[in-house]
Amino acid sequence: MTDLNLTLKVWRQAGPDAPGSFDTIEAQGINDEMSFLEMLDIVNERLIDDGKEAIVFDHDCREGICGTCSLMINGQAHGPQKGTATCQLHMRKFHDGQEIVIEPWRATAFPIVKDLMVDRSAFDRIVEAGGFITAETGGASDANLTPIPKPVADAAMDAAACIGCGACVAACPNSAANLFTSAKASHLNLLPQGQAERYSRVEAMVDTMEDFFGSCTNHGECQEACPKEISIDFIALMNKDYLASKFKNRRMLSRK
Amino acid sequence: MELNSKIPEGPIAEKWTNYKFDRKLVNPANRRKYDIIVVGTGLAGGAAAATLGEQGYNVKAFTFHDSPRRAHSIAAQGGINAAKNYKGDGDSIYRLFYDTVKGGDFRAREANVYRLAEESVNIIDQATAQGVPFAREYGGLLDNRSFGGAQVSRTFYARGQTGQQLLLGVYSQLARQIGLGNVALYNRSELIDVVVVDGEAAGIVVRDLLTGEVQSHSAHAVVLATGGYSNVFFLSTNAMNCNVTAAWRAHRRGAAFANPCYTQIHPTCIPQSDEFQSKLTLMSESLRNDGRIWAPKSPDDNRPADQIPEEDRDYYLERRYPSFGNLAPRDVASRAALVEVEKGKGVGPLKNGVYLDFSDAINRLGEHVIEERYGNLFEMYERITDESPYKTPMRIYPAPHYTMGGLWVDYELMTSVPGLYATGEANFSDHGANRLGASALMQGLADGYFVLPNTISNYLAPKLGTTPIPTDHPEFQAAEAAARSRFEGYLAIGGTRSPDSFHHELGKIMLSQCGMERTKEGLTQALQDIPALHEEFRKDLRVTGDGESTNQTLEKAGRIDDFFELAQVMCLDALTREESCGGHFRAEHQTDEGEAERDDEHFAHVAAWEWTGDAGNPIRNTEPLTFDNVHLAVRSYK
Repeated sequence: MTDLNLTLKVWRQAGPDAPGSFDTIEAQGINDEMSFLEMLDIVNERLIDDGKEAIVFDHDCREGICGTCSLMINGQAHGPQKGTATCQLHMRKFHDGQEIVIEPWRATAFPIVKDLMVDRSAFDRIVEAGGFITAETGGASDANLTPIPKPVADAAMDAAACIGCGACVAACPNSAANLFTSAKASHLNLLPQGQAERYSRVEAMVDTMEDFFGSCTNHGECQEACPKEISIDFIALMNKDYLASKFKNRRMLSRK
Repeated sequence: MELNSKIPEGPIAEKWTNYKFDRKLVNPANRRKYDIIVVGTGLAGGAAAATLGEQGYNVKAFTFHDSPRRAHSIAAQGGINAAKNYKGDGDSIYRLFYDTVKGGDFRAREANVYRLAEESVNIIDQATAQGVPFAREYGGLLDNRSFGGAQVSRTFYARGQTGQQLLLGVYSQLARQIGLGNVALYNRSELIDVVVVDGEAAGIVVRDLLTGEVQSHSAHAVVLATGGYSNVFFLSTNAMNCNVTAAWRAHRRGAAFANPCYTQIHPTCIPQSDEFQSKLTLMSESLRNDGRIWAPKSPDDNRPADQIPEEDRDYYLERRYPSFGNLAPRDVASRAALVEVEKGKGVGPLKNGVYLDFSDAINRLGEHVIEERYGNLFEMYERITDESPYKTPMRIYPAPHYTMGGLWVDYELMTSVPGLYATGEANFSDHGANRLGASALMQGLADGYFVLPNTISNYLAPKLGTTPIPTDHPEFQAAEAAARSRFEGYLAIGGTRSPDSFHHELGKIMLSQCGMERTKEGLTQALQDIPALHEEFRKDLRVTGDGESTNQTLEKAGRIDDFFELAQVMCLDALTREESCGGHFRAEHQTDEGEAERDDEHFAHVAAWEWTGDAGNPIRNTEPLTFDNVHLAVRSYK
């Protein structure tokens, strides 16, 4: 256990339309066993002690699963540790005397609410458009009726591991949401239960995504930033299904 | 207060079927004439909102999160129980019912638990149909594992993130209903008050967390699915924002609060690394399937784990409970760890943990099998502690985790306020004095998908043709005014101490006096200390910023204010329950071997507290518990 003395440069912005700027805050005596957000908790306690307003940041479960926390830390989404959300990043990854720049997610589709908090509801709109299997409560058949090969179930699980944090969008130079959308679509499109709506799902989700986000140009930054290390292979799968949907959906409609 | 549990007549296996047939129905064409408010969008709330929306009701769903997908149900790791008997090891609805009643130390209602076991099998079918990627065998069928308190394999799981996958299933169904316009979602909105008009729930008052604006919503019925209150301990596995406010505000409006002293301490959390840390990370109980728990035999043994030979290790759970061993129920395993640490045998830099050792399992099964089962948990552990569980044993220690107590509800999940329902962890109904592992997800989903959508029509049917009370009704106006002045009040105090500093101090009192072991003396002391601290809170609180934009310090102040009142009722409940049962262990009531000693003659009842206007002086009502099917016995895991 060692103590770190750090200089934080934190983005402060009073509201969605207010101008923002960096605040320089000295964070002295930070125990390196702490998580990054516990460090911010302490900084906030000290700000309140000084009669100043605490830094607003989104966070909740603090175990890397709810996807609420965010933060660009020294320009990297969720900071320097690979496969780790900010809440599980620990101060041992930083060194004494370091300057740490802390910013909110940067993307037009994620407007700033206040300080480091952004509005990610565009993700919800994508899921509402088609990120589901129509399976109303009560009508399900026995769960073991349809065997699903383990590799298929595992691949669906790999996609389903997405926590919806938005790091992929924040890391992308185009602010594209293709990794998020493809993870959501592929999770369902890989499973036998998801086949009935496979093409209508992907078309609706991609079209909604394009209402909010930029286009993917295969930089691969999203995969590097993803705290769940979701593969960009899913983007390829989604693109294949999307292309197919443009033919298949039309063909199905023509049968009416 | 009269507590009518409304348990249907008939043999236990027929009660739910009979109830579903006998209840009043609302015909599909009439459902759109009803408005229903659901607060909370976790497993219980999200499932209820989605299902009610599918059935055709107008639903308004509220969450203080930015998205319904973030509710704390998401953090459950290990799995969900269901009496599918896919493993052919003799499981049945009756066995799951029996295990749950026994695991709850005979303090739950038989009829509710039986219904839960019945619905458990439907949950797995429903979730699979939605695309929840449960773990599978190579043949493509679903895999199971075993969990604490059971001797059969009945736990379904999705890697180490069963909670997230089930919640994503719920969220996808809820999102579909939102997209279709059947459910209106209000995110970043926190419940501040429940409004009751002429003795029935009329609606709620919420605060917009982005603008501070206070607004009312009315409906024919209100469902609270707002989770548990473990954060009263400050140190807990709950998400940072979990709080008791919704349940507590309902309590202050007439809903009885049942068994608040039944709190569960989870045996396998990563020990605190420094004093300031409040959130403890849980390591799934499923790890106890393959990990062996031990502490050094001697308190002076400061050698690293790998240098302590077998003969100097005490596998205390295997020693004390040979038949259940490392899979003893949570309350038993937690208290056993407390005993070791209090004897000075704790491990780690702060001597605040015990070992959970996988070396035997790795030798037996190979590292790749262990990685397959627990890989992501091991990674998480290493990220937090910088130690690899493949090489050195994990250090674990118990931490407050789940609360079995909650709003009193009858068989229909209705609180003592007509038209106000509570589901999931927010109610008290199914786990008695201790919850078994992998049963929380089961209860949340059973309540949300299958119970509430059936029972609510019984209340709604006679209300056909009525409209919800308009929100300009004086009761709504008064509640809104009170909510505004409450938050202005916190800002106006202008004292010296932050909400967190009070929370920390309250948590310390609760953990030491109302935690794993309770005494009359300690509880009496706590009942003096808590109101005194609450008084200081009212005088010396400091909230910086304003009430017109996002202010997380102000949000915390409101939640902690309510925790102060709850804490007093918890201590009163623990003080008046003169027995030990499940998560409630009174040091005065134990056997010579240190096991919990129940008093069925005097305490086989639910204690439901009634608000009187003074948190230190509520009325204790009781609902007797009868056991017609499960024989009351000393719970033994030896």
